[in-house]
Amino acid sequence: MKTLFTLILTLLLISQVKSQDKFLTKTGFVSFFSHSLVEDIKAENNQGLSIIDTKTGEIVVQLLMRSFMFEKALMQEHFNENYIESDKYPKATFKGKILNFNKNVTEDSILEIEGILFIHGKEKEIKIKIKGEFKKNSNELILSGDFMVEVADFDIKIPTIVVNNIAKIVKVSFEFHHTPYK
Amino acid sequence: MKKIIITIFIVGFNITGFAQDLESILAQETVNETTIVSATFKGTRLLNGHSVETRKKETFEFLISHRFGRINSGTYDLFGLDQSNIRFGFEYALSDNFTVALGRNSFEKTFDGYLKYRLLQQKKGEESFPFSVTLFGSATEKTLKDYAPENKPTFANRLTYTSQLLIARKFNSNFSFQFSPTYIHFNTVKKSIDSNDIFALGFGGRMKVSNRISINGEYYYTINPFESLTTKNSLGLGIDIETGGHVFQLIFTNSRSMIEKGFITETTGDFFKGDIHFGFNVSRAF
Repeated sequence: MKTLFTLILTLLLISQVKSQDKFLTKTGFVSFFSHSLVEDIKAENNQGLSIIDTKTGEIVVQLLMRSFMFEKALMQEHFNENYIESDKYPKATFKGKILNFNKNVTEDSILEIEGILFIHGKEKEIKIKIKGEFKKNSNELILSGDFMVEVADFDIKIPTIVVNNIAKIVKVSFEFHHTPYK
Repeated sequence: MKKIIITIFIVGFNITGFAQDLESILAQETVNETTIVSATFKGTRLLNGHSVETRKKETFEFLISHRFGRINSGTYDLFGLDQSNIRFGFEYALSDNFTVALGRNSFEKTFDGYLKYRLLQQKKGEESFPFSVTLFGSATEKTLKDYAPENKPTFANRLTYTSQLLIARKFNSNFSFQFSPTYIHFNTVKKSIDSNDIFALGFGGRMKVSNRISINGEYYYTINPFESLTTKNSLGLGIDIETGGHVFQLIFTNSRSMIEKGFITETTGDFFKGDIHFGFNVSRAF
């Protein structure tokens, strides 16, 4: 009987250790930037949800489109109503895997990440290089980087009248500070 | 044997615990946030009357509205295009919920000023709320010299006040509906049989046909119309076209005036007999 208890206890402890494999953030930062001759458009989202399994390198990121904040309120309304159609497609998601992941990444380690980006009901496979760093003292796993997104790939229509105001390729930047998920 | 089975069971249970996939964890962690339902209508006007919308803080909006003459006036007046009324409006949002404005309508040379306050907003999510409510109050001064010189009215005599409760719900991204109980007070009326206080009920809605175009309709039912004047209820049909910082509204209505006291209480045209005024509102937000 005693052995059994020991065994169960050990297993429970192991499972505790194992659950430390997952790292989560609810305050991930994502911004996008569109540069054109007429105007620059920038929006920021500080409520990105991201989870990473450090055992496998799998990662899932989720963003509410309505959480993007713009400088001009009218831009934000147009973004939600006319372009990204937040009522129909409230979320953007990325599901992927870090190919060369190990938990010993230090400052400026370059990681290769591959996966599928879902925006506006459309999906696209992407493969990008990002920065990864594991801070031992604060137990934080930081992933950051940027990549380019072609607006047309996601079936986002830009009317001819504002075609000069909006870039065809938008730069997306992100920074996620993951902490252990309990 | 039993112990082993229990052990296996517990081990197995724990493993399924590990295998909980990332997506379902994210789904758990997603908070059901309360979000404000925005863009019930594209413009601050449904057609003639106000919509529940206000502009966001520090937005300055310049609004030009036109109503031409009656379409059934024929080719001589080029279907009304020869006659035109214009209203200029300068509208400024002091906060997301509060707008002040000044305007002048060439019809009866009327100045108007209004205050518009967004009281409640439709919300969805955890603390959902089914509709939006905006308060509207305006004062207008008619400056047309339609009196004999010896009977010059005082400033106060020429004022009219409008109060409206604008209640709207965005049923889905395509369809919104507004109900607008209205109270209008005239400081002076033309004939003593006319009431100084007019009550009306407004109904209106929009149906989006594409992301940037919607079809709008608006009807004001006057409960106690003027006795000395054969008035009709105001009806408007139109199209909203949105392009960047502009909203264009093309309007067909039996009303000539572009301010509440005018189109709600003094409309004389019969829409179904062709007394239709073509018009437009163009707004530019800065």
